[in-house]
Amino acid sequence: MPYARDLKSIRRLIAAHKRWDLVFACCGVLALMVGLLTFIALFVDMAIDGVPRLNWDFFTNFPSRHAAQAGILSAWVGSCLVMLVTAFVAVPLGVGAGLYLEEYAPKNWVTDVIEINVTNLAGVPSIVYGLLALGVFVYQFGFGQSILSAGFTLALLILPVVIVATREAIRSIPVGIREAAYALGATQWQVCKDHIIPYSSAGILTGVIIGMARAIGETAPVITIGALTFIAFLPPSPIKAEPPFLSFEWLTSPFTVMPIQMFNWTSRPEAAFLQNAAAAGFVLVLLTLAMNGFAIWLRYRLRKNIKW
Amino acid sequence: MFTQAQSPRLAQRRARVLKERAIEMVLFLAALVSVFTTVGIVYILVKESVVFFQQVSIVAFLTDTQWTPLFDDQHFGIMVLLSGTLTSSVVALAIAIPLGTIIAIYLSEFAPFKLREIAKPFLELLAGVPTIVYGFFALLFVTPILQWFYPELPGFNLLSAGIVMGVMIIPYVSSISEDAMRAVPMNLREGSYAMGATRFQTAVKVVVPAAFSGIASAYILGISRAVGETMILAVAAGMQPNLTFNPLEPAATITSYIVQVALGDLPHGSIGYQTIFAAGLTLMLFTFACNIAGHVLRKRFRETY
Repeated sequence: MPYARDLKSIRRLIAAHKRWDLVFACCGVLALMVGLLTFIALFVDMAIDGVPRLNWDFFTNFPSRHAAQAGILSAWVGSCLVMLVTAFVAVPLGVGAGLYLEEYAPKNWVTDVIEINVTNLAGVPSIVYGLLALGVFVYQFGFGQSILSAGFTLALLILPVVIVATREAIRSIPVGIREAAYALGATQWQVCKDHIIPYSSAGILTGVIIGMARAIGETAPVITIGALTFIAFLPPSPIKAEPPFLSFEWLTSPFTVMPIQMFNWTSRPEAAFLQNAAAAGFVLVLLTLAMNGFAIWLRYRLRKNIKW
Repeated sequence: MFTQAQSPRLAQRRARVLKERAIEMVLFLAALVSVFTTVGIVYILVKESVVFFQQVSIVAFLTDTQWTPLFDDQHFGIMVLLSGTLTSSVVALAIAIPLGTIIAIYLSEFAPFKLREIAKPFLELLAGVPTIVYGFFALLFVTPILQWFYPELPGFNLLSAGIVMGVMIIPYVSSISEDAMRAVPMNLREGSYAMGATRFQTAVKVVVPAAFSGIASAYILGISRAVGETMILAVAAGMQPNLTFNPLEPAATITSYIVQVALGDLPHGSIGYQTIFAAGLTLMLFTFACNIAGHVLRKRFRETY
């Protein structure tokens, strides 16, 4: 770079450098725009193709060979039941693991191994979880290609999300709270149960919702364990009219979920089925947007309102 | 005098300690589930792959140029699937890494506070869209647009799948890189400004090098996302095995092959069933290598203040 000797050339040099600031800021806005425009295009594309198909029948009809009569009844019921299992497994395990790592874990190699594992599992491709489930849950444990297998698989998949959220929420609780409780003679579990878990519950909820939003859209692992793409019946109802009122038959039932139903319609050549796929996709996008949006809002509220 | 066993208070206390121990044990087991998961993954992949490699030699697996496990004339050349995975990943990363980095630098160093508060959650929403929806979008929106520019483009191709995958990965790259840049201490920037550097110079010559270990982990995460992505490729890239590095062609990837096999009705224990585990093992080794590389990079470039 030539040395600037007089005031004028120095000014010119500064202006030239400042111009780069502006150029880069424009690049930044453009790059953000790429993301924004893609998102808008995706949403509008789904809406244009899919919204005309959205009516009451679409939610109450089984899939059919006739595109106009096909619906997502078995798919959304399947999704709900799988999510139920996922939540029942992932929340206690994730919160327990997070609690252990933050409050109980001694500093030794076992803890290190667990922590490294959680980090690494977050980077494992989802389809590998599908292979794990196919080998272990479906054949080794004999769960078969059932709602139970799918729920367990997705629970393992979102476990790192729940653990990380739990740990972050717990870490933001000041040490003083724990010390005050210990000073009153509380045991470690009493501190956790009466203070740590209640105070971190909103943060944990955020993580759980984000994890569930991911699980509800996950397709690959559920296909891998062998979910069927064409199901024209519902799993047995979990609630019975006669005692004991609850039945767990549905856990072993074959099933399909919304993303698989969408995949099935997408892979058909007829345009009418593509419309169905768009409609199912639109429902999925709305659902995940609502869940993620709620989680983000919750986190925002938390950050604003909690002052220790 | 009470002996220990007779004292009601001591007994109560012992019960309490026992209960505490039991609870700690239960929580420990919950934490161990993640270890079991990893062990389970490695066990199942290796177990099925060992059976597979007893029937197919490793040399043939690595060098054969055909992948036809479901035909009578069986060939098992993983290169065919790997080429699809690599090509689509390169396309995706060519989009995600530059755009993600620019967004991260912009949000961390340039953007006004308000914009950052809006942009970050929005990017998170972008990452939350189900991948099957992205696949549909790639097949029925992006491919027709690309065909408008290049009419010979086939309906299934790696390019549009890769592009959409790239946009999907942007948030992963940008959010982790931005966190790393924001963690760079303010006085480094102030020192740079005091020497008369502009914002851009400070960002590129001071902040980015200082945050490089974090940025590297963001890139590594992006790479493992791209390599492991499944549904976009299964929907938009076609599923026929094709040894090619040309993104304009359709091709199967490791992940989309697994989906294709799982969709069919392969009997448990057949060679076709075992191929998906061998393919999965390849995928796992690849992401494992990425993680190791990331670890080395982080160690090598870690800056402490």
